[in-house]
Amino acid sequence: MSADHKTTQLDAPLSETTRTVTLVSWKTAGVLATVTLLYALLLVAVPHSGDTRFLLSQRSDFFQIPVVVLPSAPLAWVCAVVLLAVTAVAAVLTARRRRTPTWLVVVYSAAALTGFLAWAGAGSPRDLSIVGLLGGAVLWSVPFVYGALGGVIGERAGVVNIAIEAQLLGAAFTAAVVSSITDSAVAGLAAALLAGALVSLVLGLFAITYHVNQVIVGVVLNVLVVGLTSFLYSQVLVPSAETLNSTTRFTAVPIPVLSDIPVLGPVLFRQPLLIYLMFLAVPAVWFALNRTRWGLRLRAVGEHPKAADTVGIDVVRTRYNAVLVAGAVAGLGGAFYTTVQLSQFGENMTGGAGYIALAAVIFGKWDPVRAAFAGLLFGFASNLQNVLSVVGSPVPSQFMLMVPYVVTLLAVAGLVGRSRPPAASGEPYVKG
Amino acid sequence: MSTPESSPGTDPGQEPELDPGTAEELEQERARAATGPVGDDAADTQTRLAKALQQTMTSPWTVSVGAVLLAIVAGSIMIAFTDEEVKAASTYFFARPGDTFVALGQAVGGAYAALFRGSVVNLQAPDVATALRPLTETLSYATPLIAAGLGVALAFRAGLFNIGGQGQMLVAAAAAGWVGFGVSGVPFPLHLVLALVAGIAAGALWAGLAGLLKARTGAHEVIVTIMLNYVAFYLISYFLATPGLLQAPGSSNPKTPPTPPSAQLPPLLGERFNLTWGFILALLAVVGVWWLLNRSAAGFAFRAVGENPRAARVAGIDTGRATVSSMLVAGGLVGLAGASQVLGGVTTGFSSDIDAGIGFDAITVALLGGSSPWGVLAAGILFGAFKAGGSTMQAAEGVPSDIVLVVQSLIVLFIAAPPLVRAIFRLPDPARRRAPKKARAARNRKEAAA
Repeated sequence: MSADHKTTQLDAPLSETTRTVTLVSWKTAGVLATVTLLYALLLVAVPHSGDTRFLLSQRSDFFQIPVVVLPSAPLAWVCAVVLLAVTAVAAVLTARRRRTPTWLVVVYSAAALTGFLAWAGAGSPRDLSIVGLLGGAVLWSVPFVYGALGGVIGERAGVVNIAIEAQLLGAAFTAAVVSSITDSAVAGLAAALLAGALVSLVLGLFAITYHVNQVIVGVVLNVLVVGLTSFLYSQVLVPSAETLNSTTRFTAVPIPVLSDIPVLGPVLFRQPLLIYLMFLAVPAVWFALNRTRWGLRLRAVGEHPKAADTVGIDVVRTRYNAVLVAGAVAGLGGAFYTTVQLSQFGENMTGGAGYIALAAVIFGKWDPVRAAFAGLLFGFASNLQNVLSVVGSPVPSQFMLMVPYVVTLLAVAGLVGRSRPPAASGEPYVKG
Repeated sequence: MSTPESSPGTDPGQEPELDPGTAEELEQERARAATGPVGDDAADTQTRLAKALQQTMTSPWTVSVGAVLLAIVAGSIMIAFTDEEVKAASTYFFARPGDTFVALGQAVGGAYAALFRGSVVNLQAPDVATALRPLTETLSYATPLIAAGLGVALAFRAGLFNIGGQGQMLVAAAAAGWVGFGVSGVPFPLHLVLALVAGIAAGALWAGLAGLLKARTGAHEVIVTIMLNYVAFYLISYFLATPGLLQAPGSSNPKTPPTPPSAQLPPLLGERFNLTWGFILALLAVVGVWWLLNRSAAGFAFRAVGENPRAARVAGIDTGRATVSSMLVAGGLVGLAGASQVLGGVTTGFSSDIDAGIGFDAITVALLGGSSPWGVLAAGILFGAFKAGGSTMQAAEGVPSDIVLVVQSLIVLFIAAPPLVRAIFRLPDPARRRAPKKARAARNRKEAAA
């Protein structure tokens, strides 16, 4: 991908092109080799003996799966061999100037994760709950996924949405207040939607109408909303916490039949409404962007606003439209904090989740489905420590917490590479 | 501030669309302009006065003042709506409206008076030194903001968005702190210099890593710097919780031992004030960055890459190298902020919140300062004043200092959108100075419709 990009940019002679392709493709193999090496070093340097107990079902499940007890050292080494094999295949493919297929990277990741879990849970008397690990990942990814979807919609229309953090926080606050007053989580959700759109309206006013640099507006809006919600929290919510800041939460609604599927059932189909909505939102956003007239216009405005204007698309209106939808979607993610996770608002409770969502947007190359998966990855990262602390992991918790971010760094550097934003992203459109 | 101004005022292509009456008026205006100011002295003075007035009205400074005013008004509204006494008085507003206004005035006036008292001059103080103390507090708060703001601004000029201020500050603080209390037996100035260099180098390397990844693999610097923030945070948390690394001996808290005096930045105005030589270092950094950006070949390369990387590459500039070196310098500046925190601001030992959100504040400072070194200096001092005043306001008036964040961000927003401020205050637009009112109105209508 990045090789193509480079070639078109430089219009390089053929020999140079070949060299570039080879050079770039080695990155994937290089990263895989690095991770394999690190993993092997971990196994050699800090060996763990004992068994790892993988728990695959919950007590409430329809189908009970007995706890899978595996000897951890052999399992970890089997995984190491798999990693080595995939790395070798990737190297061979690269040497033949072919790209490493994505499924191979997926296999690699799964093996690396299994091996790591086996190693981390070795000798622990407690069970390592796979359902908890994955279900928690889905739950924790909610603000990231919604935020990333909001970011994707905005940027595809040419408006950089750095204000995701502001949309999440503002929505969390509004959802808390409305849900507390009305005793209804759904009302809170609706309010969150509006709050996200309201932040977007301000973003649009400055970025679209007044042509202010979109990065500036986004960053400043984040600060503004932190200040506003913290101020109102300590002045209004704290004095009357009973009436204004004790929300009604969404409870998990198991979907009949589907929730009885082993492992996947409790992970995917025993969740609160907001999560089911997320499952629908991701394909819906993809469809809206790629298969509808609305999406086509939106993307046209984001790639080449002048051309879009020439063929009669109202650039300003389309952008406002997109930004408002983006804010509403991100607002749904903000509702997670006060209608699913906790039953009250806390100062700056999103704690930078909007920036993570922004990273997911770029990681996902401005594609809603990929961005959602990137958000899921970050959700998994946030949850990993929770699960491993139950098992009693041998590694200092700080390093456990660090792993996902390091992996993201490696992935961005090695697997994703140069990513191309929508051409007019960040450019205000001045007619004429 | 790089606000693309819409300036259709001088565009002749738009004029034929005006209605006949307006066009006529435009003609007359042109004729007047062509003949120039003629006539007696009185008229001359009048035109000069008018001109002076117009220049004042259209100056960018007027917009800035207007932006500050608007932000303060917004802050006042927030205070007014949440003040307990105002609320109490407003329950009987129609019986005695005066009470409500008195309470309003007291709440809003008191808050801003406290803000002023905490950041500029304390007029209630018994002697001059105490009266001026708030000003020195402002400058001490401003020190890391200026240094980190310069780091973000420099990266901006090179086309990079450095959100990694937090991580860079953390590693810099850790390195400077470790040299501070981990190395002993080194005399005062040398020890301080070593600690400063360690901090700056650590910040530079942490940011340089992001630059290297961007240059070598094309990884987006926004993701990389955000991820490095988390990595730095957990790394420092681990160091702080591990005896023998950063944790104070004999303690189980994640906190370092205090910085020894031999590694501390000496006070600038005597022991009575918190202001240290760190502020002078920040000033030197401002001059240094100005020189680097405007007078050096490397700075030219940074700006060229920032403006148009493709053109820069065609012109023979090594863009990868410019990316890495600009991030190194940017990280070094943020590192200075981190080091000045540990060696001057918080010398009693620090924990993983030593960055105090400055890494993110620095982004706002850089944006408000228009990414120019002198602008960053001014913006840093302004934000330092808000920080110093905000804590006084919270202590004295019970107004949460979060309101400062609101006022700050509104100022930046309004300054970034001069047309909005001009519209609110009905100020004339410099770009449309020569167009008569009617034509302007017509154009505005058209723009609104478009």
